[in-house]
Amino acid sequence: MSLWTGFLRSDGRKGIRNGLAVVYLVECAHHVAREVASPYRDAGANLIGFPGCYPNRYADTVMRRLCTHPNIGAVLLVSLGCESFDRNGLAQTIRASGRPVHTLVIQETGGTRRTIAEGRAWVEQTLKELAQQPRVPMTWSELSIGTICGGSDATSGLTANPVIGRAFDRMIERGATCIFEETGELIGCEQHMAQRAQTPELGEQLIRSVAKAEVYYATLGHGSFAPGNAAGGLTTQEEKSLGAYAKSGTSRIAGLIKPGDIPTVGGLYLLDVVPDGPVRFGFPNISDNAEAVELIACGAHVILFSTGRGSVVGSAISPIVKICANPETYRRLSEDMDVNAGCILDGSGTIHSVADQVVELVQQVAGGQPTASEALGHQEFILGYKHFEPTGPSCLPLVQIGGQR
Amino acid sequence: MANSETSTAPLLLRLSDADNIAVAVRALAAGTRDMGVTLTQPVPVGHKVALRAIAAGEKIVKWGMPIGSATQSISAGEHVHTHNLKSDYLPTFTLDDGKKFVEDHP
Repeated sequence: MSLWTGFLRSDGRKGIRNGLAVVYLVECAHHVAREVASPYRDAGANLIGFPGCYPNRYADTVMRRLCTHPNIGAVLLVSLGCESFDRNGLAQTIRASGRPVHTLVIQETGGTRRTIAEGRAWVEQTLKELAQQPRVPMTWSELSIGTICGGSDATSGLTANPVIGRAFDRMIERGATCIFEETGELIGCEQHMAQRAQTPELGEQLIRSVAKAEVYYATLGHGSFAPGNAAGGLTTQEEKSLGAYAKSGTSRIAGLIKPGDIPTVGGLYLLDVVPDGPVRFGFPNISDNAEAVELIACGAHVILFSTGRGSVVGSAISPIVKICANPETYRRLSEDMDVNAGCILDGSGTIHSVADQVVELVQQVAGGQPTASEALGHQEFILGYKHFEPTGPSCLPLVQIGGQR
Repeated sequence: MANSETSTAPLLLRLSDADNIAVAVRALAAGTRDMGVTLTQPVPVGHKVALRAIAAGEKIVKWGMPIGSATQSISAGEHVHTHNLKSDYLPTFTLDDGKKFVEDHP
């Protein structure tokens, strides 16, 4: 049954947006890329990029996934010229996916002004072509939904997180793929998670992923517990964990994936965002948008963002639906929020009723309705350095799409 | 619900029958009465209140699961937070527990 229309891509996936990614391949090309994209932001241009000059396999994989994400219809690569990012390999992956792609090398094009002019001309022309692309019917089994929380307080675990868990259960029943993440925020929940795994082998891997996160964060000398969490009434790591864990709902866990792994069958997946091996590049994710980017690299079309103290962020590529847990925060920041889950605390809503509202809203957003952060022009994006070993066979039912790890 | 106010909105929320704390669903003043306890001090929204006397070392239970241990005796109606509750995980239990698991499961 078709519920809304989307955009068919050559790998069989469908997008709910038809964006054009403008990609800087090193920080030195960021300004030029931003100048190219900014006049077309509200017409579908998405500014993304990688700041580093040194190569990184993880960043290379994630960038290939992002540039062939179903919500993206065309890509402009902006290179300084001497950075080590494999721009030819990336362009080849994008071209092989059937998307229009163009590369501008600032050092060859003749500097800032000429590159901006050439870039804008290409973007303007390509956006016109994208506007001609036909829409095709789309349904829940073709939709992937991720979830994160940011600016949590004690209300997050009382309202918005259980609401997301309930919404996840309902969307999974309809065939959707749902992804939760941040193993460092699941310390204390690992045994319960293992009991929900589809197989005992997967259960062991789930426990192991949390143990890896414990060691990683302890080596850094920090948990994910921030001072703002305590001000909001959360006292301990495990209290925060249980509140965050509520976002996963009650479905069986179908797989444990790493950034860039794309599930091919519906169900509930845990995204392991903590790098493998020794601590090399610092914190696993330095802020909420780094997690959003990894969910998008795993194919998420939409992200449900639970916030208590009030985050205003959006994201490039995939819309963020902000579900506000705290009624006082909602009153202050209502323009930035999509759903007021805080109504559960004043007795005017229930977890069930707000979850129904979320599922309905996801369907509308999939059909093209802008979220609050989209309407306000938010396009936050972060991609840094990491190291992962390939995902083990006991972790997944999945297939690699569009390039190798 | 034994609210002292006439409002139908809840004041304290108990998430599971096994819990020995409840959560303030809005900022509450000292002296507020609900769920059989009287608040001994003001409690901000989202913060925890003891529903009965809790001994030092006893687990604090929320969502039916332990969230840490009391570091001192806590009276019914008292604010439960960093001054009287500590994690059973971070910072010490964590490192050893995680390392042991990784060593045991190469």
